Amino acid sequence: MAGMNKSEFPNPVVNWIDSRLPIFTMMQKEYGTFPTPRNFNYFWNFGALAMVTLMVMIVTGIFLAMNYQPNVDLAFDSVQRIRRDVNYGWLIQYIHMNGASMFFIVTYIHIFRGLYYGSYKTPRELLWMLGVVILLLMMATAFMGYVLPWGQMSYWGATVITNLFSALPVVGKHIVTLLWGGFSVDQPTLNRFFSLHYLLPFVLIGVVFLHIAALHIVGSNNPLGIDVKGPQDTLPFHPYYTIKDSVGLCVFFIVWAFFVFFAPDYLGDPANYIPANPLQTPPEIVPEWYFLPFYAILRSVPDKLLGVLMMFGAILVLFVLPWLDTSPVRSAKFRPIYKWLFWLFAVNCIVLGMCGAHKPEGIWVVLGRLSTAYYFIHFLLILPILGKLERPKPLPESISKAVLGGAH
Amino acid sequence: MRALRNMLVRPALAVAMAAGLFTAGAQAAEEHIRLPEQHWHSSGMFGSPDLASAQRGYQVYREVCAACHGMKQLAFRDLTGLGLTEAQAKALAAAVTVPLGVNDQGEPKEGPGLLSSRFPAPWPNETAARARYNGAVPPDLSVMVKAREDGQNYVYALMTGYGDPPAGVKMGDGMNYNKYFPGHQIAMPPPLSDGRIEYADGTKATVDQMARDVTEFLTWAANPEMVERKRIGIRVILFLMLMTIVTYVVKRRVWADVH
Repeated sequence: MAGMNKSEFPNPVVNWIDSRLPIFTMMQKEYGTFPTPRNFNYFWNFGALAMVTLMVMIVTGIFLAMNYQPNVDLAFDSVQRIRRDVNYGWLIQYIHMNGASMFFIVTYIHIFRGLYYGSYKTPRELLWMLGVVILLLMMATAFMGYVLPWGQMSYWGATVITNLFSALPVVGKHIVTLLWGGFSVDQPTLNRFFSLHYLLPFVLIGVVFLHIAALHIVGSNNPLGIDVKGPQDTLPFHPYYTIKDSVGLCVFFIVWAFFVFFAPDYLGDPANYIPANPLQTPPEIVPEWYFLPFYAILRSVPDKLLGVLMMFGAILVLFVLPWLDTSPVRSAKFRPIYKWLFWLFAVNCIVLGMCGAHKPEGIWVVLGRLSTAYYFIHFLLILPILGKLERPKPLPESISKAVLGGAH
Repeated sequence: MRALRNMLVRPALAVAMAAGLFTAGAQAAEEHIRLPEQHWHSSGMFGSPDLASAQRGYQVYREVCAACHGMKQLAFRDLTGLGLTEAQAKALAAAVTVPLGVNDQGEPKEGPGLLSSRFPAPWPNETAARARYNGAVPPDLSVMVKAREDGQNYVYALMTGYGDPPAGVKMGDGMNYNKYFPGHQIAMPPPLSDGRIEYADGTKATVDQMARDVTEFLTWAANPEMVERKRIGIRVILFLMLMTIVTYVVKRRVWADVH
């Protein structure tokens, strides 16, 4: 039925708008009074931190795009020009460049928080799956962004990664040609990567919106992993969590600022300060740190096609995680065995990352294969079986009882 | 890495070779070379390039390195960041001849450099460089200390690492032995020797001194924003620390009634 929204804001202008387009009502409902479990720890900061990072990346990226030249002869120099000749260009460029790493740090912590507290379990499966889509989009965006400065690692990284698709039967070669826009990584590749690098973050915003919309339907999980039973278990999002997120944001910005101002190149590869040279392969082609675990999986499989499938499989397996984990208990706090296996899995991911950073020689080959195998064993074997065998600790009656000790 | 390259890069290389484009780049030996650790004035949160040393380094670059190595990212106006006055930078620019577009007849014009001129290129194009330098192209030095692992120590080590090859090492034609160069065979002949240049400020021009100075200069050249960056950085971090305390105190107060 048509009609004006019943708005009761004191400000007449706000009220006028809101009764026609109730965005203020919506903000009030979703970010003001939104009932949020009262027992979040600081690990629940990281979703907000990722959101802020995405915004910073988009804003800095827009300004970089005003000065960047997507041309194989000019790209490398244009990044230097931004650093040297554009007012505060060095600041914007270093924020953006290190921001990619920061984005992955907060997102990985966000994901591991979800794994620890079982945030992917019913009714949050779709919320979790949208998160995996976000991760995939982030990876594609970061990869294409790394190509833009057109250094040696940009060029050869792009060559290696795009070549992966050639392993697919029948369509593989055509996909690679489409990605390249020709028969090698060249001007058309740089042009389309620039275009897509600008486009994908906005797609990302769309999926993030769905991620948050889904979150606001089913509500947040919490460190106890039990359902909210009533208003005594929740607090309004504002001011309780706006201020708690602000504390985390300040600390996060300190870390980011440290890299930007004092170690801007620490997370990067020196070879990317050598202009791209299609005629000279660098002694080592290593992706950025956030891709290393997946790179290790790729290299650990002796067959090219299988390696590619397993690398993508390592992320795709997350889509079905809600159904692989058969335990009805969400939080690892009440899962005495899973708690340890979670940490083992986390260490295994770090070992994979180390394997990705080293040449596959000697111990690293063996270690890479073992940790690759364990990565999949964790999801495909341990989680389905463990849920049936493990005897969880008794769950608290309610969040408020557990937090306030029954005073309420 | 080799397995990966075989798997993934080889098809690309095969294409390049088939097109007759591929000229084998010398593969770096797989040996790990330890660079001696030097003290650099610009290290640390408060460090900044030693400008006196960097200015001497610029002299080394101008009189020695610039014969073969360009620094195309730098313009003469940037030299004020090195501590030179604008008049000095102008004079240095005017001392070189640079292309200045075309004259009224449409013919290429040359003339003395301006503050806005980039450092002159040592050779007209890559092919000319290859012809002149035994097939190698001397790399641009604008961001050299960023383009090598542990860049400052690397440049210093490379400048001071020349010597006779150990017995049994067979040197390639026109190659020079250097302890710190990957593979130990470098096309660049030893660029520095004691007293090769005469420093304007009277400092004794030993190989060690020149290597140190030129490293300071290249550090500045790759990070001309460093002084400003660190100065702003200190303030930003102090501000954020203060904000952390403030928000934390506010958070405690907001939460005080629900704990």
